[in-house]
Formats: sequence, C-alpha cells, structure tokens
Amino acid sequence: MAAQAPPPRRPGEISYAARRRLFLIGAAGLGALLLWGLAGLPDYRDFTPLLGQVMNSVTVQERSSTAVVSAINFDYRAFDTLGEEFILFAAVLVLALLLRRLESERPGPTTASPRRAHTTSAAVRLAATAMVGPTVLLAVYVTMHGHLTPGGGFQGGVIAATALLLVYLASDYERMRRLRPRALVETAKAGGALGFVLLGLGGLIFAGAFLENFLPLGEPGELVAAGTIPLLSLAVGIEVSGGFVLLLSEFLTQLLVIRREQEPEA
Amino acid sequence: MMALQAVALLVVAVGAWATVAARDPVRQAVVVSLYGLTLGILFFAFQAPDVALSNIVIGAVAMPTMILLAIAKTRD
Repeated sequence: MAAQAPPPRRPGEISYAARRRLFLIGAAGLGALLLWGLAGLPDYRDFTPLLGQVMNSVTVQERSSTAVVSAINFDYRAFDTLGEEFILFAAVLVLALLLRRLESERPGPTTASPRRAHTTSAAVRLAATAMVGPTVLLAVYVTMHGHLTPGGGFQGGVIAATALLLVYLASDYERMRRLRPRALVETAKAGGALGFVLLGLGGLIFAGAFLENFLPLGEPGELVAAGTIPLLSLAVGIEVSGGFVLLLSEFLTQLLVIRREQEPEA
Repeated sequence: MMALQAVALLVVAVGAWATVAARDPVRQAVVVSLYGLTLGILFFAFQAPDVALSNIVIGAVAMPTMILLAIAKTRD
C-alpha cells in the first residue's frame, strides 16, 4: 500500500517524516521488549504449572466436577465470576441507557417503508428457522453440562441469545419483538445476577463462607452433581442470555424503529 | 498435534492481517467473524476448549453482529 500524502502542516506541528521516525523508534523499542519477554517464556510443551497440576488432581474428588475450568470458575474462584457477572450487568445497563430514545427521536413505522421491510432470501429464512430449535437446545446443553464438559453459563447464554437473532433473520422485527417481552428479558437478566448472589449467601449460611459449595456433591460425571456449580452456571446462563438479548434488541430497535424527527420520511 | 498447532497459528496470523487489510467496515465485520472462528480453533488446538467456546460465541458471533448493526445505524 502506498504511503498517504502528508497532510498540510500547521505552525509548530511536527512534520510527517519526523512523526514517522518517532513511531518507528517506539515500535522498534516495543518490538524488542516483546521479543525479549517472549524469549524468556518457558516452552509451552514442557510447561506444567504447579497450580494446574494440583487443580487437575483434586477437582474431581473434591467437587465431583469433571470440568476443571468450570469448577474453578463457579467454585474455587466463584467470587471473581461474581465480579465478572456484574461487569457484564453494568455494561448492558449502560448500553441500554446510551441507546434509549432521545427527545429529538421518535419511533417510526417498522415495516411500512419498503426500505425497512426485509429482503432476506427464502433460503436464509428457511435455514434460520430450522436452526432456531437446535440452537436453543445447544444453549441448554452447554449451560447444563458446564460441570461435565467444556462450556458453561456464559457460553450457553450467548448461544441462547443468538437464537433470537435467528428468529429475526427468519421473520422480521415485529415477530422478534413479540417473542421477547421486555419485562421478561429484564427479569431474567436481573434474576440471574440475583440468583448468583443468593447461592453465594446460601454458602455463607450453610457452609460458613460466601459462595462455598453447600449442596450434596453426588457422583462425578452425573448431570445432577457437583453441588452448586451447575446452579451457578445456570444463574450465569440466565443472566447472560437476558443481557445479550437486551443488547441485541436495543441495537435492532435503534436501527429499525427510532428515527430522528427532522429526518424526512423515507 | 504440533502440525495442527502450527497450521492454527499460521491461519490466525493470516486472518489478523486480512482483518486489517479489509478496508470496508462491512467486509471487516465479516472477516473479523471468520478471524474469531480461527482464533477459537487455535485455542482448541492448544487445549483450551472453554476459551475456544467463549471466543467463538463472542468473537465470531456477538461482536461482528454489533459492529454490523452499528454500521447499519450510521448509514441510515
């Protein structure tokens, strides 16, 4: 790619060539530091961190969970996950605030204008329709098997939210809107976060520490096992799916419904 | 396994370059989705299936969707 022509210089401004020299010096320094750091890393094939070995050897016995990562996320360091849940919660909240309808905007007709009516091909709509059911099933599977196989509430929750996107692809905005009553979505989002905290408080009451596992652990490999891990995963799944559904529908509403008042009718 | 990891690293490097090289934001959103998918395969090849799943749902689905919706709104 050819270098762009230098923009006209204001008095006192550094020239384009000087800026590029400065950048190259900085980039060379950063690159050297990165290479130096990388050279000091242990070979990943022989790297066996002590903590990883300990977790791998004790998790199945201690928590009846065959997925070590989920046991860490939802048990050993569940407090971190609580923080992450509330980061997502706050982010979605702020996004909903940013994408709200302003006074200078008004809801417009969604399907009246031909420009806004969907022109999706029949093949896409058929494929999307066929994928809605399996997607929901996959979301439930990934969420509920968090303590058995890789996956868990976060991944399952986002998959569940994409099912709604498939509904939008298969039909139109109005049908998608009817499928996600706002009150239900917001309740799911808040209820999931609340459920996580309540399970944590349960640990405080019944086991003596916040987010301590207080339910019977059962047999490793069973669907109902690992105590509070699958329940926390479910709470996260509900919260994340509610959050992402809210996120997607706020974007779609902003795109398809809200119009600026001064904009001429399309 | 080593060969798979080498291929995954190579594909991710090409994908990252392709994402930067695609100058049109709409194309870029599609390319970044494919890049997210290849990154998921990379994580899987390096034995991190949980991270791979997270990256596929966020990097290949959620983020490109939001980029596309935001671009569509700015072009409205």
